[in-house]
Amino acid sequence: MGLDFTVVWEGLPYLLLGALVTIEVTVIALVLGSIIGLLAGLARLSKNRYLAGLAAIYVAFVRGTPLLVQLFILYFGLPQMGVKLPAFLCGVIGLSIYSGSYISEIVRGAIQSIDRGQTEAARSLGFSPAQTMRLVVLPQAFLRMLPPLGNEFIALIKNSSLVSLLTIQDLMRAGQRIISITFRSFEVYIAVAVLYFLLTYTMSVITRRMEQALRIQ
Amino acid sequence: MIRVEGLEKSFGRLKVLKGVTLEVEPGEVATIIGPSGSGKSTLLRCINLLEEADAGAIYFEGERVDRRWVNGQWTRPPERAIDLYRSQVGMVFQNFNLFGHWTVLENIIMAPIHVLKKPRAEAVAVAKVLLAKVGLADKADAYPHQLSGGQKQRVAIARALAMEPKAMLFDEPTSALDPELVGEVLTVMKRLANEGMTMIVVTHEMNFAKDVADTVYVMDEGEIIEHGTPDTIFTNPVKERTRTFLRQVLLRE
Ligand SMILES: Nc1ncnc2c1ncn2[C@@H]1O[C@H](COP(=O)(O)OP(=O)(O)OP(=O)(O)O)[C@@H](O)[C@H]1O
Ligand SMILES: [Mg+2]
Repeated sequence: MGLDFTVVWEGLPYLLLGALVTIEVTVIALVLGSIIGLLAGLARLSKNRYLAGLAAIYVAFVRGTPLLVQLFILYFGLPQMGVKLPAFLCGVIGLSIYSGSYISEIVRGAIQSIDRGQTEAARSLGFSPAQTMRLVVLPQAFLRMLPPLGNEFIALIKNSSLVSLLTIQDLMRAGQRIISITFRSFEVYIAVAVLYFLLTYTMSVITRRMEQALRIQ
Repeated sequence: MIRVEGLEKSFGRLKVLKGVTLEVEPGEVATIIGPSGSGKSTLLRCINLLEEADAGAIYFEGERVDRRWVNGQWTRPPERAIDLYRSQVGMVFQNFNLFGHWTVLENIIMAPIHVLKKPRAEAVAVAKVLLAKVGLADKADAYPHQLSGGQKQRVAIARALAMEPKAMLFDEPTSALDPELVGEVLTVMKRLANEGMTMIVVTHEMNFAKDVADTVYVMDEGEIIEHGTPDTIFTNPVKERTRTFLRQVLLRE
């Protein structure tokens, strides 16, 4: 059986639409995941034991279970409990919670890596704990978060392919639909892979640029 | 102005402060000398409430600042009260602890802006005056990593002064410096002392203690073993341990 890449060409508009959905899902999850990660990371470092414990449980549980199972709980499990959410929402929430757990560890590590002297100097000047975190610690920690965050965002793009199993019309699912019509698995999956690569590569370029821009400052 | 009474502090089993008492009057320059590990830094950190003492009391301008009498018991004051107290007592650290993501100017103006709620223009004006005072008028836009140790420490002093503190605590401000940079920092501190700033200075610079201090406290193993004018301490100390310590310092120099 010879290769026939014309099917890719014909299916390209469809694949690009799918890629758009993948971008949409990823960007929303990236923003929500970062917010969750920041809050959970701060919570883990909080003096409040319950808050810290709660955050630790969240991280351990989410990191210790497969993303696919988490997505299925949201999409197939919750309706049984009377909570029926649209597929897109389930995908975004699932990915956000999942990446949030990893991002919280990145946030925590970066904050802990900032010299204690910075905090002490800030407190000795009369900055409140919140001001110290917001003005002194986080901006410096952010610089250290960027490289691991870039990796995390790339993982997020790749992991987002799992939402195709929730019937979301993302890049992965668009490819599968084309295959179900053309039976050209090899060519189409190669095309899908190339498009995913373009997305992750763009992401890595963006984070590297940001890093350079911030370093020069 | 600052009174410390019977301060005790342990880290785990290690008792670092064993009942330290001292009093510093407005305008007084007190230096604390003593061997490494005797608890000097811990004492300063307790005075600034960066460390919570186990027992004893700290008074600032006659008011107790480390505890408050609330509903029939002594409790830790609210963070806001502690922040207010800290904003009135400047602290200069051995390792400078400048904020690395800010320029020299920003290092100096941020606390006045965010803590004292000063208008930015006013804070900048004050910062420029202070930078000139510490001899760094041309470094306003530099980042800390572009400065020498001596310059960093002078910025740190300017940063503390920008809060218009009523007293200043120095924890070995020149120990991390190359010998040739010590002088420029001591000069700034001497000028500050001459202007009447109340200062508590932990130092290994015996000449600074001799020339500038009103009172010298000698600390050893968590206690103040004696205190007096520089004259008495350096020429006629009472305690044998003080003599031993001074002899060792002289040998090192
Ligand atoms: N956070 C801490 N946890 C445990 N032990 C500590 C802590 N801070 C200080 N110590 C110990 O307390 C003792 C006194 O330390 P401190 O830093 O106050 O001494 P110092 O007089 O300032 O010494 P140096 O001249 O070396 O600066 C030391 O034995 C030190 O190891
Ligand atoms: Mg010390």
